[in-house]
Amino acid sequence: MFNIRVIPRLDIKGPNLVKGVHLEGLRVLGKPETFARHYYENGADELIYIDVVASLYGRNSLLDMIKKTSQEIFIPLTVGGGLRTVEDIQKVLRAGADKVALNTSAINNPSLIKDAANKFGSSTIVVSIAAKKKNSGEYEAYTDNGREKTGVNVVDWAKKAEEKGAGEIYLMSIDRDGTGLGYDIELIKSVSKAVSIPVIAAGGAGKLGHFSDVIKNGNADAISMASILHYNYIENNYFDADYSSEGNIEFLKGIKKITKVEGATIPEIKNSLLENNISCRIEEDGHYDI
Amino acid sequence: MISEPQKFSVAIVDMGMGNLFSIKQACSYVGLDGFLTSSQEEINNADAIILPGMGAFGDAMDTLESLSLVDVLKKSANSKKPILGICLGMQILMTYGTEFGHRAGLNLIEGHVERFQNPSDGGIPLKVPQNGWNRIDKVPGLSDSWKGTILENLPDGMFMYFNHSYYVTPKLSDGIIATTRYGNYKFCSAFQKGNLIGLQCHPERSGKAGITVYRNFIGIIEQYNRTKNNNRI
Repeated sequence: MFNIRVIPRLDIKGPNLVKGVHLEGLRVLGKPETFARHYYENGADELIYIDVVASLYGRNSLLDMIKKTSQEIFIPLTVGGGLRTVEDIQKVLRAGADKVALNTSAINNPSLIKDAANKFGSSTIVVSIAAKKKNSGEYEAYTDNGREKTGVNVVDWAKKAEEKGAGEIYLMSIDRDGTGLGYDIELIKSVSKAVSIPVIAAGGAGKLGHFSDVIKNGNADAISMASILHYNYIENNYFDADYSSEGNIEFLKGIKKITKVEGATIPEIKNSLLENNISCRIEEDGHYDI
Repeated sequence: MISEPQKFSVAIVDMGMGNLFSIKQACSYVGLDGFLTSSQEEINNADAIILPGMGAFGDAMDTLESLSLVDVLKKSANSKKPILGICLGMQILMTYGTEFGHRAGLNLIEGHVERFQNPSDGGIPLKVPQNGWNRIDKVPGLSDSWKGTILENLPDGMFMYFNHSYYVTPKLSDGIIATTRYGNYKFCSAFQKGNLIGLQCHPERSGKAGITVYRNFIGIIEQYNRTKNNNRI
């Protein structure tokens, strides 16, 4: 039995949960802890936090956030963004993260993967790849939250990351991020066929059909999503007085006109997987929750 | 803690690997005083011990040897103090490991540790490590219930979080309490033999079901303390 993991992604800027399109135009959606708790209670299999700015100021607030999260949320938590050294990694693990996601620092210095895997174990090290399709059809890896080209071919890089000791690949399409157009199946498939470590598909989920598609046709081992969950949560359950002045509801109304994201909940996502004969963890009703 | 004397102390043995902090948080969530330590004295004084661990069998044994903890742990096991081994911590309770040749473990449970060799599900290859959620199943033929065990109150087939390449093969006639299927493999995912408990999954990362496991551990520590106090009288 192999169970697909459903992994909400929370992009974090300072104390806030943000979301953009193509990793740009970030808007504040609310407090990450509120969303994280909701996703945990609704059956998320893991969570991933990405610090999209990774400034020195943001770092301390991120560590606090990890600590708070790990005190009340008992599923694996991956943290990425701005981790440059083994010491940086140690700090987020000490705060309560289970795994780290490395992108920019790993491309600039691939031996960081090896050093970190040796120290903390491969299963702790996720290499995060942000990919953009070139006119030639080849995929290029980007760093610095999608801002910098590297000239590095995505499939080659994924293989190298595996060789250096990465335990998983988190693979995101910048072209699809926030658009709701569906995962980039070709991208996901090209990497999942090239490596034997798990590949987490990210970027583009906008409706339920996209999930079974990327698992069946892209060979994804796990699925990650952001807007589809965040928008649904805000629309249905959430009003955070602290953020009312940020105009995020207006933002949502606006963004719905330009993207194809239809909101969904984690149970809806999991039911859609089960309907497509894809195994995943479901929370059983019972008296164990005492 | 002086202010809260009813809290049991749990020594989480720090072997330098993995996320010990989530174990500590899970302890504190259920009201256990879990603390990270590699001190012989602190381990001896604790009400219970958790052996955590991610990483390699040999590295873990090297660390325990260099900290002179092997005998401390064996003595604790003999004193009936509850010891919960999680993942690699379960594996090092066994006689030996097989990563890079045979390597002696703590030898508290007879049996050894094996690696998944090309696991597959209906001809489709599965990945190693097994990284994700899988079911723990009651063992047929033995007790119908997990009552009195570390898995009490969990429904049969509960999903727990796993992250491992190796599994244990304990030679226990009545201590294996749960098995798990990974493709063509069926392995022991939980055993409980007296005061020695092993879990291949990570309860501290297994949501509410995992928290139930930590609550059950309190009950097991209470029982140990009652016996200990009765013996004293």
